Amino acid sequence: MTTTSLTSSRGAGRAGDKVFSGAALAAGCLILAVLFGVALFLVIQAIPAFTAPAADIQGGEGFFAYIWPIVVGTLIAAIIALAIATPVSIGVALFISHFAPRGLASGLGYVIDLLAAIPSVVYGAWGAAFLAPQISPAYGWLATNMGWLPIFQGPASATGKTILTAGIVLSVMVIPIITSLSREIFLQTPKLHEEAALALGATRWEMIKMSVLPFARPGIISAVMLGLGRALGETMAVALVLSSGALTASLIQSGNQTIAAEIALNFPEASGLKVSTLIAAGLVLFVITLAVNMIARWIISRHKEFSGAN
Amino acid sequence: MSKRIDVKDLNVYYGNFLAVEDVSINIEAKSVTAFIGPSGCGKSTFLRTLNRMHEVLPGARVEGEVLLDGDNLYGPGVDPVTVRSQIGMVFQRPNPFPTMSIRDNVLAGVKLNNQKISKGEADALVERSLRGANLWNEVKDRLEKPGSGLSGGQQQRLCIARAIAVEPQVILMDEPCSALDPISTLAVEDLINELKDQYTVVIVTHNMQQAARVSDKTAFFNIAGTGKPGKLIEFAETSTIFNNPSQKATEDYVSGRFG
Repeated sequence: MTTTSLTSSRGAGRAGDKVFSGAALAAGCLILAVLFGVALFLVIQAIPAFTAPAADIQGGEGFFAYIWPIVVGTLIAAIIALAIATPVSIGVALFISHFAPRGLASGLGYVIDLLAAIPSVVYGAWGAAFLAPQISPAYGWLATNMGWLPIFQGPASATGKTILTAGIVLSVMVIPIITSLSREIFLQTPKLHEEAALALGATRWEMIKMSVLPFARPGIISAVMLGLGRALGETMAVALVLSSGALTASLIQSGNQTIAAEIALNFPEASGLKVSTLIAAGLVLFVITLAVNMIARWIISRHKEFSGAN
Repeated sequence: MSKRIDVKDLNVYYGNFLAVEDVSINIEAKSVTAFIGPSGCGKSTFLRTLNRMHEVLPGARVEGEVLLDGDNLYGPGVDPVTVRSQIGMVFQRPNPFPTMSIRDNVLAGVKLNNQKISKGEADALVERSLRGANLWNEVKDRLEKPGSGLSGGQQQRLCIARAIAVEPQVILMDEPCSALDPISTLAVEDLINELKDQYTVVIVTHNMQQAARVSDKTAFFNIAGTGKPGKLIEFAETSTIFNNPSQKATEDYVSGRFG
């Protein structure tokens, strides 16, 4: 009797287990299948662009000559966005998590989350109609006083619709993402570690340097990578703000283009080989994003031993 | 390198709630003083007022005086950061900085207080502190490994090494052995016995045998009921508290007849 009760009891619980593990497995497979499907679609559709004679590709010099200026443009816009957004976001997140009075902190956190809910076309319109004209005098000043730097070479764009403006608009769009994630991570810093620093005679800022930031480091990197993903892929805002053109070193002249905006602006009227070229551009963006994420994972895993997870 | 602490008529509040009422106590330099009492009696709260760590919680404040060799910790213009660099603390659960190596953990406090320290001085200080915490022989070959890879007892001794590296006047210990196994507990207790040659040690413990083993004097705290403030019932030589207490409540508690 004991053996039967050991083997046959709790049949219902076992069924629940199977359903749950099956559902979890299906969800995991689904995401892989979607990713694989997208990659497959991009590769198949893009092949004509790679095999076509160079003269048939837009610009007439082959796919590589077509793609590399907009790859560089995409990276420039994303780097500007992150260079502005990362310090601002970490500062705001630290203020919310460790400095602001409790009432102000929750209100501010709510406002930041709302920023993330604004559609990108609204940011684009704001950038094109408001920010660009407001900021163009500053570009004039930069061209006059710092024009010896290639990135600030004049003549500055009179409309202000430059890659720098696009980068600034992107940074505003990325700030809520990095801020919300960083804030959550900062709040999870074990009280034990904060008290360890304070008990050694650390000031508030020293405590943050000793315990909060090292603990949050992998999380900050992940947050920045999510922000980067948005900055690389952002289409509408860049398409509206940037007066695009050929690749230029100067950030304050019109010119440059990003992959996502290039696809959005040209896709509606494209046909035949042109479609393949644009999809190939999308494939390149896909690969860049993948590479960036892998680099981020590698950076995080390099310090695994010291992550505090063991 | 050690100072005495005199507390006069100290009340501790969280907001409007009086957590500890009217404590006066004199803690001798170079001695071990144990605080015992039931959970919630305010002994940990009181311990944290001795280096102003209770101020980490919002709304916490005190009335009264805590004198470190005559200097009031709560006097006007006194910076809690300076207070804490002179009165070190070891916590209930070992809390080495997980992102730092063993060596950097020991040096963490020193780098705060004295930014410039040569490699040679740092090496000597690391060895001296780890030897002081009876940990040197166990970790000398892996100083660059993370502190979080050590066992619980080793981590707690690393925390003690980190505390003594800044050469404080007083070391406060808040139930330092409650998360440790008996062997590690013994190692920490031996260490406490050695520490009192140089430091004033104040230890909160739930373990009465531990208080009897390590302390010179013992303070018994009690609470009249939930929501009532904790009070210091009796403070005397440890042998007196355990063998011949003057208060009925103390006798009931140390003999296990409490409640």
